[in-house]
Parts: sequence; structure tokens; C-alpha cells
Amino acid sequence: MAKKFMYMNTKAPYGTIYALESLEVVLIGAAFEQDVSLAFIGDGVYQLTKGQNTDGIGMKNFSPTYTALGDYDVNKIYVEKESLEERGLSLDDLQHLTWEDEDEDWAEKDSIRLVSRSELADVIEDQDVILSF
Amino acid sequence: MPIEVNGKSLEVDEEGYLANLNDWEPAVAEVMAKAEDVDLTDDHWEIINFLREYYEEYQIAPAVRVLTKAVGKKLGKDKGNSKYLYELFPYGPGKQACKYAGLPKPTGCV
Repeated sequence: MAKKFMYMNTKAPYGTIYALESLEVVLIGAAFEQDVSLAFIGDGVYQLTKGQNTDGIGMKNFSPTYTALGDYDVNKIYVEKESLEERGLSLDDLQHLTWEDEDEDWAEKDSIRLVSRSELADVIEDQDVILSF
Repeated sequence: MPIEVNGKSLEVDEEGYLANLNDWEPAVAEVMAKAEDVDLTDDHWEIINFLREYYEEYQIAPAVRVLTKAVGKKLGKDKGNSKYLYELFPYGPGKQACKYAGLPKPTGCV
């Protein structure tokens, strides 16, 4: 039976390797057909922001890869509302992540679910495995 | 060991993938294919070019399952299936086609 895996992303995208490592583990793990969700809290919300430019820091800008998550059937992406607000961000500052529902003639649907801290706590409570990055 | 393409010596990793993405030109695919006794046809090039576009957009080499689905969507069901892709790239469409396209080995491929 598929287990519920949640990948918890808590750090800014560059400066440490955590964000990129998490993304790679998610893409690799997607092959195992588990029930995968991602959560972005704290500075982790910066990972999903639009318009990232890494020219000055000598690292690859891997933010376009988040838009491929839908192709990997990773379509439950929880973003904590308070974390966004504390940083002066809103949903409009994030990339538009979508997936296509095979059961509904490939209708395009939003992957990001904006949740409050307490709603996210309930989602976390429901997981079998939590990996924190 | 580096490979020779149009008089230039290009760095590759131990499995033959280009070390530097920017070194790629169509002749790279020709040289790699020749070394594996593959004649590149228009059908091969269609997939190679598709992979290069995919990488340009998403910055990753897709897993074979994802590649198959994406090819099916863009080029039609008769091409978006394992049989078609494995006939073109018997060493695995992910690994072999990505190599010819100058991309890294697909994430998660062992």
C-alpha cells in the first residue's frame, strides 16, 4: 500500500544545498508511486518564488524544475500562509504550478494549496513519513 | 576519456555524458551514436531535440516515464510509448537519448 510521504522544505533556495537536494529526492522518489506531498514553510517559501536569478552566485537556477513536478504526478504542494505573509509575499509572487488530471481529459489544475499553520498541522498529522530539508 | 568532435576534445564523465552542456552541437550526437553503432535518423533527432527543449524549459533530464508521457502529448500516442522509444534507443530512451542530447543522466537513473 502506498504510504504518505511529505517533504518539508524550510530553507531559502540558495546558500545551502537543502532545497536542491530535496527537489532531487522528490523527483527520484516519484518513481516509487507513493502518495507524495510537499510543504513549504519559513524561508522555504522563497524556493517557489518567480523571477529567480542566480547569475551573481555561480549556482544553477533550478526554480524552473518545480514546474515539472506536475509531470511527475507530484501535485499536492502546501504553502503555509503565515510564512508568506511574514515575508511580505502572496500567492502572486510564486510560480504558477499546475498538473493535468488524466481522469478529466487532462484538465489543468493548480498544484499549490495555500494553508494556514493549523491546517498544515492537520495535514502533517496525517502523514506516514516526513522528510525535513 | 574525452571525445573528439570536429577537431575539438570534449570532456565527458565516466559514463560518457558530456561534462559541459554548452559543449553540445549536433556533431556530438553523431559521434556518440557512431561509437554505439547507431545510425541517427530523423526519428532519433525528433526525440533528441525534444529532450533539449525539455531541459531548456525545466532544467532537468526527465525520468523515462515522464519522457514517454510528454512525448505522447507533443508528438502523438504512436510515439509516446515504451516500444517506440526503446526501438530507437535500445540502451534506454532516458539514458541513451539524454546522452546524445548532451544532457546529464536523468535524475534518479542508476
